Amino acid sequence: MTPDVDSLFQALADPTRRAILERLSRGPASVSDLARPFDMSLAAVVQHLAVLEGAGVVASEKVGRVRTCRIEPEALSLAETWIKERRTLWERRLDRLGDYLDATKPGIEKDQT
Amino acid sequence: MTERSVTHATFTVERAYDATPERVFAAYTTKEARLQWFAGEPGDWEKGPLELDFREGGRESASGSPPNGKGFRYDALYWEIIPNERIVSTYEMHLGEDRISVSLATVEIRREEGKTRLVYTEQGAFLDGFDDPRMREQGVAAQLESLVRFV
Repeated sequence: MTPDVDSLFQALADPTRRAILERLSRGPASVSDLARPFDMSLAAVVQHLAVLEGAGVVASEKVGRVRTCRIEPEALSLAETWIKERRTLWERRLDRLGDYLDATKPGIEKDQT
Repeated sequence: MTERSVTHATFTVERAYDATPERVFAAYTTKEARLQWFAGEPGDWEKGPLELDFREGGRESASGSPPNGKGFRYDALYWEIIPNERIVSTYEMHLGEDRISVSLATVEIRREEGKTRLVYTEQGAFLDGFDDPRMREQGVAAQLESLVRFV
């Protein structure tokens, strides 16, 4: 499934989450493996992982007592990245078009047509 | 030798504007307005001039380069223009010397409950340029960095 663009960008906006992804790009890891290099609680790492899973860039699987995480390569393929960037480019353009329309709004009397 | 690949994708972006279809169409199609919103990339980009010949069969071009990066170039051809209603164009994008995409772009403009809805649909063939192995070598981290900078 293709994750929506907003949640992907939200997921990637955080440097810790990018570091987690960078670690996972080298291979699957358990939650405690992932937590080790970061100066934060296991619970905080689990929270970051939940955001990454929600955005569809990370998947995890629990076997016994160990949860193993891996990157979803499709979500981060370059093709997907480019297409998402293109979409974001247009989101921003059309937002700026809205700003332009607001800034050039005619008087109220003309608006009530 | 470049490894050839193509990915087809369609995406749609919609906005409802508090303006008449006439104003939305004018803002979408006049050069003065497009300079404000179309080519308004982040400030440290070096921008080339926007050329626009807005008529059926007319062309548009623009370019821009991020600092220390390869330049993007946009070249479009307008196929159908129905004032205040629809615009159909095709465009290609180059990154440096490589063609990275060829797209069909359809803009629909319609009145809707006192507002004007603009629906932009792009159907594209995204070409091997984006799958450049040199880019892949930069690794996931570099991709993520550029993605975040882009947002």
